[in-house]
Amino acid sequence: MKIAVCVSQVPDTTTKVKVAADGKSIDPAGVTYIINPYDEFAVEAALQLKEKHGGETIVVSAGSERNKEAIKKSYAMGIEKGILIKSESEMDSYTVSRNLADVLKEINPDIVLFGKQSIDYDDSQVGNLTAELLGIPSISVVVSIDIDGSKITCEREIEGGKEIVESSLPVAICAQRGLNTPRYPNLKGIMAAKSRQIEERQPTYTENKTEVISMTLPKPKAKGKILGTDASAVPELVKLLREEAKVI
Amino acid sequence: MSKILAFIESRDNKIKNSGFETASTALKLANDIGAEVEVLLIGNGVNAVAGELSAYGIKKILIADDPRLEKYSTTAYSKVAAEAAKQRGADFIILSATAMGKDIAPRLSAKLEAGLASDCTEILAQDGNIIAKRPVYAGKAYIELKVTSQIKIFTLRPNVFKSIKVEGISAEIEKLDIDLNDADFNVKVKEIVVSSEKIDVTEANVVVSGGRGLKGPENFYLVEDLAKVLGGASGASRAIVDAGWRPHSDQVGQTGKTVAPNLYIAVGISGAIQHLAGMSSSKCIVAINKDKDAPIFQIADYGIVGDALEIMPVLIEECKKVLTS
Ligand SMILES: Cc1cc2nc3c(=O)[nH]c(=O)nc-3n(C[C@H](O)[C@H](O)[C@H](O)COP(=O)(O)OP(=O)(O)OC[C@H]3O[C@@H](n4cnc5c(N)ncnc54)[C@H](O)[C@@H]3O)c2cc1C
Ligand SMILES: Nc1ncnc2c1ncn2[C@@H]1O[C@H](COP(=O)(O)O)[C@@H](O)[C@H]1O
Repeated sequence: MKIAVCVSQVPDTTTKVKVAADGKSIDPAGVTYIINPYDEFAVEAALQLKEKHGGETIVVSAGSERNKEAIKKSYAMGIEKGILIKSESEMDSYTVSRNLADVLKEINPDIVLFGKQSIDYDDSQVGNLTAELLGIPSISVVVSIDIDGSKITCEREIEGGKEIVESSLPVAICAQRGLNTPRYPNLKGIMAAKSRQIEERQPTYTENKTEVISMTLPKPKAKGKILGTDASAVPELVKLLREEAKVI
Repeated sequence: MSKILAFIESRDNKIKNSGFETASTALKLANDIGAEVEVLLIGNGVNAVAGELSAYGIKKILIADDPRLEKYSTTAYSKVAAEAAKQRGADFIILSATAMGKDIAPRLSAKLEAGLASDCTEILAQDGNIIAKRPVYAGKAYIELKVTSQIKIFTLRPNVFKSIKVEGISAEIEKLDIDLNDADFNVKVKEIVVSSEKIDVTEANVVVSGGRGLKGPENFYLVEDLAKVLGGASGASRAIVDAGWRPHSDQVGQTGKTVAPNLYIAVGISGAIQHLAGMSSSKCIVAINKDKDAPIFQIADYGIVGDALEIMPVLIEECKKVLTS
């Protein structure tokens, strides 16, 4: 089985966001970048599928030199091959997907894994968008995967429950937390990752379909009211919720 | 005149609240930019519920009604929506950012070569165009975004936009003619497993969430009881999901669910940035935490600095009293 995984590199979740001088993007100074946390679930799922069904694994990332770190992290976990579609200019989800789809068409995987969303722009677009460009089915927000021959069955989280979704292969899967527990790279993996090459490609598509006009920080909230230090503050709280906030 | 196509989500022939929010938002925008609105309903037997949209001022309803569309299918629903957009010449497509809306919208983006602004919390009309405002970096910043393609797609964060009833409108219903073949159903929902009878955190008007400050799973009933009294849902921090007190589907935050209820009550939750990411757009936030320096107090509208185990029973009783009087 041919298994592809798409990964992005994003600011660490504890990053304090500062707006850059252009007023449209994050100031990268002092920011630590990590592999997108959801993509670790995707990488782990790829490795487990390989262990169970055999085959080869390949990781693809579109972005700057920085994205090599996400590929190396995937190598350290056990992925065998990697491709970076290298672009120094900003790519929106549409552009990323077009580029991924072009590379994936060549790879022709049986299954391609994504994370549920990139935690930078929280778009939740690239998985299904790429799948559509490839003309294959997709299942998003997936918390379990079961492959039986040419049929795959997944559980997908929806509001108030789960959908049991069945699809033919090839298929795209977008991983949600809960799918698995990503392994920690061991020393052997980390050493092997160092010597593994990353193939670089030029973007095949560059026309974004969205344009960021501005980035702003949320207005700091007015200081809330502290109503007391024990249960005696409860009647006041309930009164305020009813009469001032009008929410109960 | 430009045209807005709004996709209205229904499940089991019930229109979701988010569907009414989408309809009202589409109408408001149409009014601001001078466009007309048509809404799209997909399912089996959906004409039975189509009329409900009249009450929200919708004049034109397109339905794709087919026994095969009874259960959701990514590929089939996306094909129907894309074909509808093409047949009707839509310039703007609006969906709710629910599990279904988020699943369909990127496929429309690919099919229609259209840019997509997802999970918008505000959309503004500007010179006949639409500017989207949406949170990025888990709500630590906002961007204003312009879609530059000919067709423009937006998904709206549920619970953020208002649904507004309008009287005296009777919608015209038109059945769409769209060819579907077996290949369109390569992926299909076989079954829906409802987690429990309770309301989902993403759909509740009131969410009461518990964290590690509750000390142990045996105290979680305090959160559930308060949620019940307030007609809401109970949620959880990741710490107690990881500890196995609660299922992952209850988790609120960056790697859990995003909620925007009218009232969010955080009980024994410190307010780590990843938790705030999932609930900071709630309209009113209450924090109960014994540490006065807990970050949750920085975004809370009201707070009590004290022991949740002592405060919660009193709060439950007081709410019962006030709500039944
Ligand atoms: C990549 C990543 C993703 C994450 N995603 C999420 C996410 O989606 N959602 C999420 O919630 N977290 C997430 N986290 C974890 C997050 O950083 C915090 O660890 C977590 O939210 C803490 O949960 P907590 O507030 O319940 O526990 P704690 O941080 O331990 O806080 C417990 C609080 O209870 C208070 N307390 C103690 N005793 C009492 C008492 N008797 N009465 C009242 N208060 C009391 C304490 O003062 C403290 O503030 C993520 C972390 C990472 C790294
Ligand atoms: N630049 C990228 N390169 C490779 N994969 C990506 C990239 N951006 C997003 N993805 C994949 O698409 C998923 C969803 O991302 P997004 O649509 O940006 O929220 C991520 O979890 C990744 O698996």
